[in-house]
Amino acid sequence: MLSVLIACHDCDLLQYKIALAPGSSARCVRCSATLYRRPRHRIDYPIAWAITAVALFIIANAFPVLSLQIQGRETSTTLLGAALTMQDQGMPLVAALVLGTTVIAPALGLVAMLYVLIPLRFGRLMPGFVALTRLLQTIAPWAMIEVFVLGLLVSLVKLQHLATVIPGIGLWAFIALMLTSVAATATYDPHLIWQHIADLDTADDIV
Amino acid sequence: MARQLGLVACHVCALVCHLTDPSRSAHCPRCAAKLHRRKPQSVARTWALLLTACVLYVPANWLPIMHTGSLFGAQSDTIISGIRYLWESGAYDLAVIVFIASIVVPLAKLIALSLLLISVQIHWTWQPLQRTRLYRALELVGKWSMLDIYVVALLATLVHFQAVASITVGSGAIAFGAVVVLTMLAALSFDPRLIWDTTETDG
Ligand SMILES: [Zn+2]
Ligand SMILES: [Zn+2]
Repeated sequence: MLSVLIACHDCDLLQYKIALAPGSSARCVRCSATLYRRPRHRIDYPIAWAITAVALFIIANAFPVLSLQIQGRETSTTLLGAALTMQDQGMPLVAALVLGTTVIAPALGLVAMLYVLIPLRFGRLMPGFVALTRLLQTIAPWAMIEVFVLGLLVSLVKLQHLATVIPGIGLWAFIALMLTSVAATATYDPHLIWQHIADLDTADDIV
Repeated sequence: MARQLGLVACHVCALVCHLTDPSRSAHCPRCAAKLHRRKPQSVARTWALLLTACVLYVPANWLPIMHTGSLFGAQSDTIISGIRYLWESGAYDLAVIVFIASIVVPLAKLIALSLLLISVQIHWTWQPLQRTRLYRALELVGKWSMLDIYVVALLATLVHFQAVASITVGSGAIAFGAVVVLTMLAALSFDPRLIWDTTETDG
């Protein structure tokens, strides 16, 4: 059976899979790439983190991230507002880049993750699940919430020379969203989904 | 190596599958993804993306990414002059962060990916482990170059007080954004297994 084997994605070395203790990961003996992990907790954890992340995502986008006061006048912006400004200033490509990496990629990632994981939690597979697993893999490098958070902090410090800057609810929500997204992906391993499905199949076979 | 045994790992679900005749297209029995021994045309694609990024790197640093208008006159900033301004105004930590994200990371990606490609093309056998680690580091740091794009977008949105001060985005932002995207795509299309292919004699 080939399912007991794993080929390293970074150096193609063929190795036998071994059972892991919870919270540990298997590394390639030749190049030390992480081959697969066994999260400490069950599939409930990434689901819980992802639901929290969805709530934070909505708050982060609904409220202003930064406000600025000069001579009694105030401006404030949400993330979408910043993308719209790029569009208004004749930079649709920059607008698309900001929108794609901070709104679309993270949102798609969270929705796809929940769509795959919640039915799986109850032993079911949703239609189009393979396409979504693939989508998750493709968009993962393009979700850049953590870089945007650093951008917010840099802007905050830069603007302090100019005027009074007030961090908005959106900024705090983005920081929380960054942390929960990290938690969601840290407790979830795509290999595990396939393992889970294999387990469901063998359970069916026994029945 | 899996390749020498006629085996290949599915790039979607990691299942090890038989692929005896690579000229015929085959699909993963578990998830139906198309099987490839290596990422298709990895070297050519990576070079194409990388060279385009190199060309755009010039306008990205030459053109202003930000125009500031205020009571004291108008001013245009490139990425480098923006960093110099931060340094001179005493924000050393910020200047260092922006310098690393906007200058060091893109430049390091362009140089390191070129070296990796050349090392694969001339069948270099030296230090495959170190080269793989270099590749992993590139994948990890790539996205942080987007920092300046976000900062410029936020500043341009917040600072519009007609006569007092207003900031607009410069065309350098388009070129710079393109460099970040292209170098990320280049890193994604490079296949680190090519590094190891040359270290083993094929059977
Ligand atoms: Zn390896
Ligand atoms: Zn597969």
